[in-house]
Amino acid sequence: MEHESLSFIFLNALIINNFVFSLYLGICPFLGVSGKIDTAWHMGLATTFVMLVSSVCAFVINSLLVQFGIEYLRLICYIAVIASAVQLVEMTTKKFSPTLFRALGIFLPLITTNCAILGLALFQTFREYDFLQSLVYSIGAGLGFTVAILLMAGLRERLDLSSVPDVSQGAVLSLTLAGILSLAFMGFAGLGS
Amino acid sequence: MQDFRHPTESAPVNMDTFLLGIWEENPVFVMLLGMCPVLAVTNSVLNAITMGLATTFVMLCSSALVSSLRHHIPKQVRIATYIVIIATFVTVVDYVIQAISLELYRSLGAFIQLIVVNCMILGRAESYASRHGVVSSMVNSLGVGVGFTIALLCLGSVRELLGNGSLLGFAIFGEGFQPWVIMILPPGGFFVLAGWLLLFSWMKQRDARRAQQEEVLHGA
Repeated sequence: MEHESLSFIFLNALIINNFVFSLYLGICPFLGVSGKIDTAWHMGLATTFVMLVSSVCAFVINSLLVQFGIEYLRLICYIAVIASAVQLVEMTTKKFSPTLFRALGIFLPLITTNCAILGLALFQTFREYDFLQSLVYSIGAGLGFTVAILLMAGLRERLDLSSVPDVSQGAVLSLTLAGILSLAFMGFAGLGS
Repeated sequence: MQDFRHPTESAPVNMDTFLLGIWEENPVFVMLLGMCPVLAVTNSVLNAITMGLATTFVMLCSSALVSSLRHHIPKQVRIATYIVIIATFVTVVDYVIQAISLELYRSLGAFIQLIVVNCMILGRAESYASRHGVVSSMVNSLGVGVGFTIALLCLGSVRELLGNGSLLGFAIFGEGFQPWVIMILPPGGFFVLAGWLLLFSWMKQRDARRAQQEEVLHGA
């Protein structure tokens, strides 16, 4: 779709169709590692980085697959590419920036099963974005995920200090919070039209 | 580490192997696994059923294959192998649904293909199928799949009933019903799931309190 401008794609992935709040992608890390702002920030950064790398890889792979007419292998290729991209990112950060590697630590392997990454690769294929559009889309989506997980972490840090009913502790409270946040993000829907 | 409730390789396959996944280890309500499809495709009962069946099929087939290959897969590359096996079956399901109903395929969107990254399936392959026989693994996955489908149905029926006033497409309420549209939109998914979890955690607390009272009574 050529008519979508780059700024619209970016805004669309960042807030209007936020990956967590309106597409329900990446819920597992969103609920799992949003306990502290610090870790949430690292997780968001790592996810954005892997999204960027795998978006570029997916674009190249898809054009290769289309060339050979074997699109039915798309899913298997994508997931293999994402798994190796994560591995690659892990090795590079370990070599060049041990501090960053220690900070990201356990989060990197977890990203492989983050459905937001595969979702991004699939969406950019369905919408037939060109290279630059995919790049912008992946950065927008990554930042959108970071914003979502940071908001959640901030709220949960405050909640730790308040007293809530015993029954609603844990997942129930997190999901209700996510629902309210998602309600707020629905307000951005008008921006797109 | 072996869980004491999980039978070892030689243990017989019984009803517990099947029921474990439905109630005690329900993937959605107890283990909180595979949340993304749970929230995303439960805006109608039909979508929920399709998603549940597709996931069950993928889990059943991949468990069978992983379990029959378990002595041949090298330890170091096992996760990659499992993912490729799962992705193969997901591709099959993807094309089958596309062939049966294009409309259904469109309404589920990318979520059929996203079954690949459902942590529940990989979890079954890693924690159960790689250590047990083919029959035992298949029965166990079937149980988990049914548990998953039931959970999807629980969410889907509430959301369709409140958000659209219908069940499986048939109108339940009269003409004057004002649908609660928010329930089929994204926030509704979070709220309904939170509601179900609240119900279960309340039930669990009530049971615990009763058991405690019983203990006190018997002790005295």
